[in-house]
Amino acid sequence: MATYSFRLNGRSVSADSWDAAQPLLYVLRNQFALHGVKFGCGLGQCGACTVLMDGRAVRSCTTPMSLAAGRAITTIEGLGTAQKPDRVQAAFIAEQAAQCGYCTSGMIMASAAFLTQTPKPTRDQVKQGLAGNLCRCGTHTRILRAVLRASRA
Amino acid sequence: MITPILSRRDLLKTGGALVVGFAFDAALPRWTWAQTPAAGGHAGKPLDPSEVDSFLAIHPDGTVTLYSGKVDVGTGLRIAVAQMAAEELGIQAERITVVDGDTGVCPDQGGTGGSTGLTRGGVEVRQAAATARQALLALGATRLGRPAAELTIVDGEVRPLAGGAGVGVGTLIGDRRFSLKVDSKAPIREPARYGVVGKPLPRPDMPDKCTGHHVYVHDFTLPGMLHARVIRPAAIGAKLVSVDDSSVRGIPGVRVVRLENFLAVVASDEWAAVSAARALKATWTEWQGLQGSDGLERWTRAAALDRDQAVVNRGDALAALGGGAKRLSATYFWPFQSHASLGPSCAVADVRGDGSATIWSASQGTHGLRSNLSKVFGLSPDKVRVVFLDGSGSYGTNGGDHAAADAVLLSKTLGQPVRVQWMRQDETGWDPKGPQQLLDVQAALDANGRIVAWDTQMWLPAQAPGGRALLAADAAGLPQDHGQGAGLLTQNGDPPYQADNVRVLVHWVKDTPLQLSNLRAPGKVANVFAVESFTDELAAAARVDPVAFRLGRLTDQRAIDVLNRAAQTFGWQPRPSPSPQARQGRMLVGRGIAYVRYKQTENYVAMAMEVAVDPASGRIDVRRVACAHDCGLIVNPDALKNQIEGSIVQTISRTLHEEVTFDRSRVTSVDWASYPILRFPEAPQVDVVLIDRPDQPLLGAGEAATAPVAAALANAIFDATGVRLRTVPFTLQRMKAALSAGSTA
Ligand code: FES
Ligand code: FES
Repeated sequence: MATYSFRLNGRSVSADSWDAAQPLLYVLRNQFALHGVKFGCGLGQCGACTVLMDGRAVRSCTTPMSLAAGRAITTIEGLGTAQKPDRVQAAFIAEQAAQCGYCTSGMIMASAAFLTQTPKPTRDQVKQGLAGNLCRCGTHTRILRAVLRASRA
Repeated sequence: MITPILSRRDLLKTGGALVVGFAFDAALPRWTWAQTPAAGGHAGKPLDPSEVDSFLAIHPDGTVTLYSGKVDVGTGLRIAVAQMAAEELGIQAERITVVDGDTGVCPDQGGTGGSTGLTRGGVEVRQAAATARQALLALGATRLGRPAAELTIVDGEVRPLAGGAGVGVGTLIGDRRFSLKVDSKAPIREPARYGVVGKPLPRPDMPDKCTGHHVYVHDFTLPGMLHARVIRPAAIGAKLVSVDDSSVRGIPGVRVVRLENFLAVVASDEWAAVSAARALKATWTEWQGLQGSDGLERWTRAAALDRDQAVVNRGDALAALGGGAKRLSATYFWPFQSHASLGPSCAVADVRGDGSATIWSASQGTHGLRSNLSKVFGLSPDKVRVVFLDGSGSYGTNGGDHAAADAVLLSKTLGQPVRVQWMRQDETGWDPKGPQQLLDVQAALDANGRIVAWDTQMWLPAQAPGGRALLAADAAGLPQDHGQGAGLLTQNGDPPYQADNVRVLVHWVKDTPLQLSNLRAPGKVANVFAVESFTDELAAAARVDPVAFRLGRLTDQRAIDVLNRAAQTFGWQPRPSPSPQARQGRMLVGRGIAYVRYKQTENYVAMAMEVAVDPASGRIDVRRVACAHDCGLIVNPDALKNQIEGSIVQTISRTLHEEVTFDRSRVTSVDWASYPILRFPEAPQVDVVLIDRPDQPLLGAGEAATAPVAAALANAIFDATGVRLRTVPFTLQRMKAALSAGSTA
């Protein structure tokens, strides 16, 4: 059992794992009860598990603990709260940009990272920027509006 | 490591071999507490749908709890039902909380399917609220010393209509029972005076869903809970020969559970369970009972039939076919498709030694699931409670009920609470599928373009009555009936247009290669694809503009209105298809329209679409969609638009990309690479126009906008290219092949 230390939503934390290859996703969900991080495929194909690692969007389902050690991880819970949402969350709420909402955490995290890189995107740029995130409910129209709204906030 | 190998008789008899006791109610998180049997004053409340108290409780502080048997699967049902009740009760929707799909506290209102969430679910709650209103007015009359007829309820207070002091509903009834039968004659509020129904109120789940705090079934935990992964066979009908436990010896805390052909691993650490499921060496028998998805259309046409059934028979279509001036025929095919929920199914079960069981599930039919699970696992239904928790969007019956069965079987066997999380390949590979559909359509036009004959023949899987067979029970050798329900598949096989002689003949096919269930707009999605594509073929043959062709054969004003509104919103230029000027640079651009009256009795939807086709690659780009939608009275226009937009985009995905593939042994489309869906770069601009009809009954809206999508797309492709695609999905290869064949494909 090895111990991995990292920063999580602004705090210094450590987690034990019997397997250095254990994906960050399971540690976040089961050891820190950060359930906003969603399991969609475990294959890096859908983006539901997206978190920020040192400010960049990564897929926590394919990020082993050994790689997360020493990094700063931000999950959806670290952005803001229902009472005090950050600008991307606020824009998603304002646009009612979810149906089941299972993809939403990943969308918001991917959008947050994307907007850091591209603060004033066009609609087409947002479409390309979110190409790796799937939404089965077909909420794309609203998600695009939300990201553009956030970019103006 | 223990490998319990129980006989099926042991399992049914003992209710689990290793029962470990623990305190169920201790240390549950707050949101768990709200869902436990004794919580929040729900205990002992009536469940009978004829009782007002079954549907609602008004608390001392004037807040309200509604109990809905129908569930919110990301559709906005909770806010819509709250609005409907708020309107009757005179209480702000914000003060209303909806508890949905918990069989312990919610009345059975039937499964959440076929767009009945509001038409049945909401309407029943509304009638209970209307009955409660009368009771509150009567209580207020006594308290205020005025006749009830002089009172109203506003903002949660019974007040004199003439003004003056009122009394809060919480004071009048606060947590006491109404003890009243739902009065079917209790007056409903006048639509003209609606203040809450019709407002785009935000959905209450949104803030938590956007901040990571909304609780999905995937997030639910119990003390002492084990994580499980079920190992499905390499071939659908394979039997388990042997398991090599030593293959998972290095993984901490893992137990292997084998019950005949049911194989699972459990561990208190989830990653240990995932790792063990991957590492476990098991030998299965060979099985090659499938014919493969290649050539499925041919297989379907040649398949043994259960029976033929004429579901529509007006006049003599066959005789009239010969009499027309112009006769056309075409064949359309829709493949097996998966619900492909973004989050694989999950369930938690806690089966106790005393035979009681609680199951947390995202099932769209928790009451039905309870009776099915009880029957199959030998539990007494009154001791089984299924609690709904949100899941990933399911669009019908995805793998969720099977995951619940997995969890029950394991919890019963191990005597501990068990969480079963399916992996990606389980969900896409093993969810029950929407069936393949084959349709032959023929029609005859007379010299004036009048449809004198229309004949649709459809090949559909025969549906057996009874509970849907659960994978876990079959694998464990537990007897169960093998019901097969995929929804009402035959509707909308006839044209919604004036036609003199019409027949719709169903060929019910005996067997189905894959297990089936209802998938959004079951049957209708392909029937309307065929009927509305074929209508377009008739319009083209008659050299008439596709909108004008439809309008000329409709008399229902609501139908005419949606077509006109869709055309207008789109900026439709009338002319026959194909387009004489399709080329824009290297792209071919065209537009198409389709119309449906859902189930021939429900919503009116018309949809126009613009597509650009790249003839070099075969790529189809849906640029924009304009949809006009009439579902009668609108409860929440924004939540409604969200549903319609979703139906459109999801069905574009189904039309362009989705096909379940299988070889002779198993489903081979098992992840997002082998079962691709639409991605953001393909997301079109979507404009939805709602036509509100407050004087008309409300209709469900979870499915209707699904139905015309594929035809609108195919019709737009025809307009752009002069080539017609009649087989879904419209892949690059199919588009290119059709273009190089130069005609129809
Ligand atoms: S769950 Fe990580 S990409 Fe799908
Ligand atoms: S909102 Fe359901 S998957 Fe995106």
